[in-house]
Amino acid sequence: MSELVSLHENPTEQFLRTDRMPHIWCPGCGIGTTVNCFTRALLDSNANLDKVSVVSGIGCSGRVAGYLNLDSFHTTHGRAIPFATGLKLARPDLDVVVYSGDGDLFAIGGNHFIHAARRNVDIKVICVNNLVYAMTGGQTAPTTPGDALTSTSPYGTFEPSFNLPQLAEAAGAVYVARWTTYHVRQLAKSMFEMFNKKGFAFIEVLSPCPTLYQRRNKMGDGMETLRQYKELSKRKDGASTSEVGLTRDGEIVVGKFVDRDRPDYATLMKAHYQHTMGDKYVETGAIICQ
Amino acid sequence: MTKGNVAITVERCKGCAFCVEFCPTKVLALSPAFNSKGYHPPHVVAPEKCNGCDLCGMFCPDFAIHGWREKKA
Repeated sequence: MSELVSLHENPTEQFLRTDRMPHIWCPGCGIGTTVNCFTRALLDSNANLDKVSVVSGIGCSGRVAGYLNLDSFHTTHGRAIPFATGLKLARPDLDVVVYSGDGDLFAIGGNHFIHAARRNVDIKVICVNNLVYAMTGGQTAPTTPGDALTSTSPYGTFEPSFNLPQLAEAAGAVYVARWTTYHVRQLAKSMFEMFNKKGFAFIEVLSPCPTLYQRRNKMGDGMETLRQYKELSKRKDGASTSEVGLTRDGEIVVGKFVDRDRPDYATLMKAHYQHTMGDKYVETGAIICQ
Repeated sequence: MTKGNVAITVERCKGCAFCVEFCPTKVLALSPAFNSKGYHPPHVVAPEKCNGCDLCGMFCPDFAIHGWREKKA
């Protein structure tokens, strides 16, 4: 078997920092599955890998940046999007991907998310949504659906949760999709489309958290959750994002909800400064190259 | 049917069994053997059924398995 392995390498292998494997994600966690889809999408898109950079925040999915053998940066909590925005402004030639979790992007970094979407900064955001703050011990997150038990809500949550696709659309994202870790092919295709989209693109990926969410809620292991995704998910491309909210055991609407075009931040900035400053305006990319 | 192969990196496996469950042609089963971390990795029980679709490789959260298709001579 070892000969076969050397002859045919796993397509993900070339993207990994293999000295850091095996990774620390729990058995049954779906983050590795999303990384598979991401690497397949990168392979399909024929992207120049020297020009792809991955930015992560804090959390389980924040570790993706550390495991991917691309130019990657592991930022402070919630600040993946500000870092990515700065990176994109300074190096417009890069494809900047933000790979982070629901707690990092929508709780601690929620403010940054809505403003980056409003400005339509040309970054790609992948949110691995496991419905709790997993790495810190399973506390209630803004995405935890009603009546779930978490370490900070032993009698169940009662807060309404965020509907992430609706939030992204309302804030101005040009591409919004939701998949689960069961929909691997669809997710890879969606990520591929995202790379070809100019502007703020957002994909929510529902992922099991067997250790801190499923276990506490007696929902079985990672496999049980994937079976549940298979059973409960319903593909509705172009569905109104106001109707795709998640409940604890209800239907999971997946698909591509928004695909539209708006001028992105860099285009608007360039047009505005060229209009107001005329010949004095020098683009940031040009300054750095000198 | 196209002939496929599957390769397993036993030491990376954490025994989640996603590959076993979602293999469309049911090529894999969890092995009774342990790897050094104490998980049961999958093993190939029906190699002739594999068509190399690489769905196991897409699902595997531990980058421990992948499939490929043999090129026709």
